[in-house]
Amino acid sequence: MDDRNLTFDKISNDLAHHIRINKGFLIWMGFLTVALLVCLYAYIIQLRSGLGVAGIRDYVSWGLYISNFVFFVAASLVGMLISGVLGLIGMKWVTPLTRFAETIAVAFAAVAGLVIVSDMGRPDRLAYVFLYGRFQSPILWDVTVVTTYFTLSLLLLFLPLIPDMALLYKKEKVIPAWLKPVYRILSLNWSNQPAQNKIIHRSIRILLILLIPAALSIHTVTSWLFAFTSRAGWDSSIFGPYFVTGAFVAGSAAVIIAMYFYRNNYKLRDYITDLHFNNMGKVLVLVSLVYLYFNINEFLVPGYKLKRGDAIHLYELLAGHHAFLFWTIQLGGLVIPCLLMLFRRFRRPLPLTLISVVVLIAAWFKRYIIVVPTQEHPFLPIQHVPHNFIHYSPTLTESLITIGPMILVLMIITLISKFFPVIPLYETAVEKGIENIHPD
Amino acid sequence: MEENHKPEPEKATEKPKASNRRDFLKNLGLVGVGAATGAAALYSGHIFEAKKEGSGQSKILLTQDNKLVSVDSLEIKALEKPPAELLQSEGREGISGRRWVMVIDLSKCRNARQCIHACQEAHELRPEQYHMNTLQMQDNPDAAPYHMPKNCQHCDNPPCVAVCPVDATYKRQDGIVLIDNERCIGCRFCMAACPYSARIFNWLEPKDAEKYQDQLYNVELNVPQKLGTISKCLFSADHCREGKLPYCVSACPNGVYYFGDENEDAVTNGTTKETVRFSKLLRDNGGYQLMPELGTKPRVYYLPPKNRLFPFEKPKDELI
Repeated sequence: MDDRNLTFDKISNDLAHHIRINKGFLIWMGFLTVALLVCLYAYIIQLRSGLGVAGIRDYVSWGLYISNFVFFVAASLVGMLISGVLGLIGMKWVTPLTRFAETIAVAFAAVAGLVIVSDMGRPDRLAYVFLYGRFQSPILWDVTVVTTYFTLSLLLLFLPLIPDMALLYKKEKVIPAWLKPVYRILSLNWSNQPAQNKIIHRSIRILLILLIPAALSIHTVTSWLFAFTSRAGWDSSIFGPYFVTGAFVAGSAAVIIAMYFYRNNYKLRDYITDLHFNNMGKVLVLVSLVYLYFNINEFLVPGYKLKRGDAIHLYELLAGHHAFLFWTIQLGGLVIPCLLMLFRRFRRPLPLTLISVVVLIAAWFKRYIIVVPTQEHPFLPIQHVPHNFIHYSPTLTESLITIGPMILVLMIITLISKFFPVIPLYETAVEKGIENIHPD
Repeated sequence: MEENHKPEPEKATEKPKASNRRDFLKNLGLVGVGAATGAAALYSGHIFEAKKEGSGQSKILLTQDNKLVSVDSLEIKALEKPPAELLQSEGREGISGRRWVMVIDLSKCRNARQCIHACQEAHELRPEQYHMNTLQMQDNPDAAPYHMPKNCQHCDNPPCVAVCPVDATYKRQDGIVLIDNERCIGCRFCMAACPYSARIFNWLEPKDAEKYQDQLYNVELNVPQKLGTISKCLFSADHCREGKLPYCVSACPNGVYYFGDENEDAVTNGTTKETVRFSKLLRDNGGYQLMPELGTKPRVYYLPPKNRLFPFEKPKDELI
């Protein structure tokens, strides 16, 4: 793209032309709504009959729901990686990706809370967590940090949108008329004054700095829900960083998929270029290598000593009941993608997106492999119980209740990206060196 | 008792008095918070006054433990607290001065499973729901297999209590770890934290839920069982309060169980009713705890399965 001929008009048209209700959007949202209603019906069945409609029982008592929760928290962490870490160290190329990252962070963090409610035996007593909460319990810590992280992410999504909305609502024929009042109110009278920009700039910086410890906390605390028990497979002192680095892998893959989708569907090829894919590919290689390092620690250290519980656990993962899933995830979802992405041609948009899809699916199953197998071999033998207590197999109802939150995340991402520019308009214009930034 | 012919310590003379008052209150069916609070003291004083005067008119009433009693009509007062709340507050505090312990003699167990049946009956449990389960154990390939009754260990450093987000599971002053099924939110973090797999969950509507729906919830018995909440061994806290042995302990035909008070250093065998020194029993027989290396400090002790009274037979049950 030739930046010299770029005008603010062109940029705002390019970045905001998708903001309108069209047929594709209606069909997609209609499909999601129907699918969500089906999942909601499954949840109503669970509300009526109890958690027993799921496959979880006394020994494996945390199944799909908790695996899903861990995955959601993991995926939401990417907001911190892209905007926080890469943004703060001055990587200019991430600017067009920050809104994807924050949208993904907000959507997953918001829905993570609902996922946890779906795992509660008594969702009617949700208020007890606040009425009778004990701060000694990591669950309270999790509630606190997830709420904090969600709030920070929402603010980080909102603040850079203020100039964008202010610039867009005054423009003719760029956004639909009915959306203009919304933009006008939300843009808080921004008018490109240096004082206003200073406040926004400073606030964003403070938020970015706060976001890093908050993001580390949400996933570290989530890992502690497991690591604070004595069970083989969970009793690990590196669970915090193991989870956090795993989260970066899942989140980066999610951002790459979003990049590819919006670049093609919203015609943003001039803004999300091969360079962005190439760089995100490198980021994904980097975080995958760090994650691989933690994986080696997580499995080799207990594997060398083979304490009784660890030996059973590792056998089940590496050669037993879960071996196929384990090796598929570790090789197909981590090692092979990592090797492929070392080559430039696999960091081109399409190959990188396909790799990211595989990585993201593997990341979900990795959470399952972390949560479920450990519970199948407690310290004392499992005896005199029905077969379904010994081997966990998810039910259809349970699977639908697990898919429901994913649909909700897609809906939130769709709505945010449909009604707001998916690439920061004002920041892009500033970075392209456009002097004359004004609405008309 | 009141006469000071023996120089007894103050404590000893106070105890029976307190229990008389309790019995008295119970018989009248007028239950106060207990002698602990000043309000209760005033209240019972009031009853004494009324009793002295008397109205000459009496009424026949049914007490909570199903006894018909005659009560002077002047003595009938509205309760300060409904019994449900009393059960809750008593159940939270525990029985003062007691430290309950259990000793399980593995050399005597032949897997009669009477303990399990008595327990499931008392706590309204389904056949696959165990507060007490007998496991078939073999410590190494060369060692002989043995039966091991396993229940909640009522740890003094309970991991389950630590992780509970809403104070639904708690440790009482008498050493018992209980669950309040009216507080539990069903997150099952305690199940994940318990290394002894002692906890069960009401995944579906509890057994005979309709039959028990009007039953008053007793936190010391965990009945009626409640959907979507945790349950586990309670050391039969309701029996402890009545001075009885736990359900499993008295149901055992083989003398496996001893139960008692660590403070008194005495435990009673549920089958023979013989009371022995707790410390001596452990010392003489090599008593041990399950997985003490986890630092949970269990209140259940095991005597090793040596010189076993019965040959080991692998149980044939359909649930396996």
